[in-house]
Amino acid sequence: MQLIECPWCGPREEVEFHYGGQAHVPYPDNPAEVSDEEWAHYVFFRDNTKGRFAERWNHTAGCRRWFNAIRDTATYRFERVYRLDGPKPVTP
Amino acid sequence: MSPRTPGADLPEHPDFLWRNPEPKRSYDVVIVGGGGHGLATAHYLAKNHGITNVAVLEKGWLAGGNMARNTTIIRSNYLWDESSAIYEQALKLWEGLEEDLGYPILFSQRGVLNLAHTLQDVRDSVRRVEANKLNGVDAEWLEPDEVRKVCPIVNTSADIRYPVLGATYQPRAGIAKHDYVAWGFARRAYEAGIDLIQDCEVTGFATDGNRVSGVQTTRGTIAAGTVALCAAGHTSVLTDMLGIRVPVQSHPLQALVSELLEPVHPTVVMSNAVHVYVSQAHKGELVMGAGVDSYNGYGQRGAFHIIERQMAAAVELFPVFARAHLLRTWAGIVDTSPDASPIVGRTPYDNVYLNCGWGTGGFKATPGIGWALAHTIAHDEPHANVAPFSLDRFVTGALVDEHGAAAVAH
Ligand SMILES: Cc1cc2nc3c(=O)[nH]c(=O)nc-3n(C[C@H](O)[C@H](O)[C@H](O)COP(=O)(O)OP(=O)(O)OC[C@H]3O[C@@H](n4cnc5c(N)ncnc54)[C@H](O)[C@@H]3O)c2cc1C
Ligand SMILES: [Zn+2]
Repeated sequence: MQLIECPWCGPREEVEFHYGGQAHVPYPDNPAEVSDEEWAHYVFFRDNTKGRFAERWNHTAGCRRWFNAIRDTATYRFERVYRLDGPKPVTP
Repeated sequence: MSPRTPGADLPEHPDFLWRNPEPKRSYDVVIVGGGGHGLATAHYLAKNHGITNVAVLEKGWLAGGNMARNTTIIRSNYLWDESSAIYEQALKLWEGLEEDLGYPILFSQRGVLNLAHTLQDVRDSVRRVEANKLNGVDAEWLEPDEVRKVCPIVNTSADIRYPVLGATYQPRAGIAKHDYVAWGFARRAYEAGIDLIQDCEVTGFATDGNRVSGVQTTRGTIAAGTVALCAAGHTSVLTDMLGIRVPVQSHPLQALVSELLEPVHPTVVMSNAVHVYVSQAHKGELVMGAGVDSYNGYGQRGAFHIIERQMAAAVELFPVFARAHLLRTWAGIVDTSPDASPIVGRTPYDNVYLNCGWGTGGFKATPGIGWALAHTIAHDEPHANVAPFSLDRFVTGALVDEHGAAAVAH
């Protein structure tokens, strides 16, 4: 089974984790002024990148904390994990 | 003694069902993706509309994507009117498809049971049965003892982890042989003069204002009057090239087969709560599918714990399967949408049509979507059956929420 590195607990088995989809999708700054189209993009539309993808994971069966990962969606390889309050790492 | 020519004692190669032409420089219609949907669209373009200057471009081999990997469940017992319309029309086409294609497709209307395991499941299922009846879709609610009559090997005892509280039953549902379906469509399209071009990946688009003038491929640039995207799990890769955002997420979806067994399983059983669906193929192998792997993935493989859970669920529901051996597992890449309904129709480009979002359940729609997409292309106007499934429903809010009828699988 694939091991995923929790930034707090270290490497644990994939079954301990819950997937949270694309990372860095900010809530609109001025919700009252957002158009239907912009809401649709916030609510329903996510990138669906083939290749390196920044996404959220939760260590549900461990420390229960959220973190971000850069993972390749074609190979499933985790390239790095980082904390939610950190910036999106610049990858080569 | 002279050495024997290898293969000399093999039977003659049967006739090819289609040839592999060189791509022409230009077509009236270019279909991207040679899975079931692309091939069915090609067939109905020729048959219903006389449009034959058409190419189907396939990056791998014909129908080697989800078409070759699905568990072939065909049914039309969805909740909403919009879904009933397209899935039921597809089912009616399945009923005449063998004759239309002049090719055996082993369509077997052995019925499908969708099990209910909780009180909420029961209520939702009964509601769906009533909705189906109103839409002319055959549907019944069965109590556990009736479930046992339809499928004696299902464990309907009260002492299992998720007891079977009943099931919806659609007698006209069933399975077909996916490869034969693809080959049947491919042969008819080829006979009509349509070019089926394998090993030809679309890598870009040439645009001219609001129109796409052609597609760039690994075998050169091909001009196109109209382009239809039928790329299933790879749709986003193409729409990204066009700068169109589409709300689908690609996930691995796994399935497996057992070794060949004597006939034990007379119907199709699906359970959303315990995440398994099972039928027994004509040859005798048990065919089982699971839910999607949770993460986005394009790798055509999934995690082993998904298989383990699916087997655990199967063995609890069908104790007799405990002695069966797993033969093979595999995965496809499915394009899931937010409301578990497809996304079909116009795009911001005047001459590009989208067909995606069928997720875990588009095999059953194959003839229906081929019919409706061909009509849409021929008339430059979405067919009534696909009109409700437009991309702009995510802005207007007119979703067609089929999570209940689709759930794990479709
Ligand atoms: C394990 C599994 C079980 C399933 N079970 C069922 C079921 O029981 N019932 C049901 O109704 N549905 C089921 N499905 C879903 C069903 O298989 C799909 O919804 C359906 O096959 C999608 O349409 P298609 O046949 O055209 O897709 P595909 O066969 O995937 O065709 C898409 C084609 O596009 C090609 N392509 C992609 N990008 C490009 C490009 N850039 N250039 C050229 N070609 C390209 C691909 O190579 C592929 O051949 C299942 C799917 C899976 C994976
Ligand atoms: Zn942790």
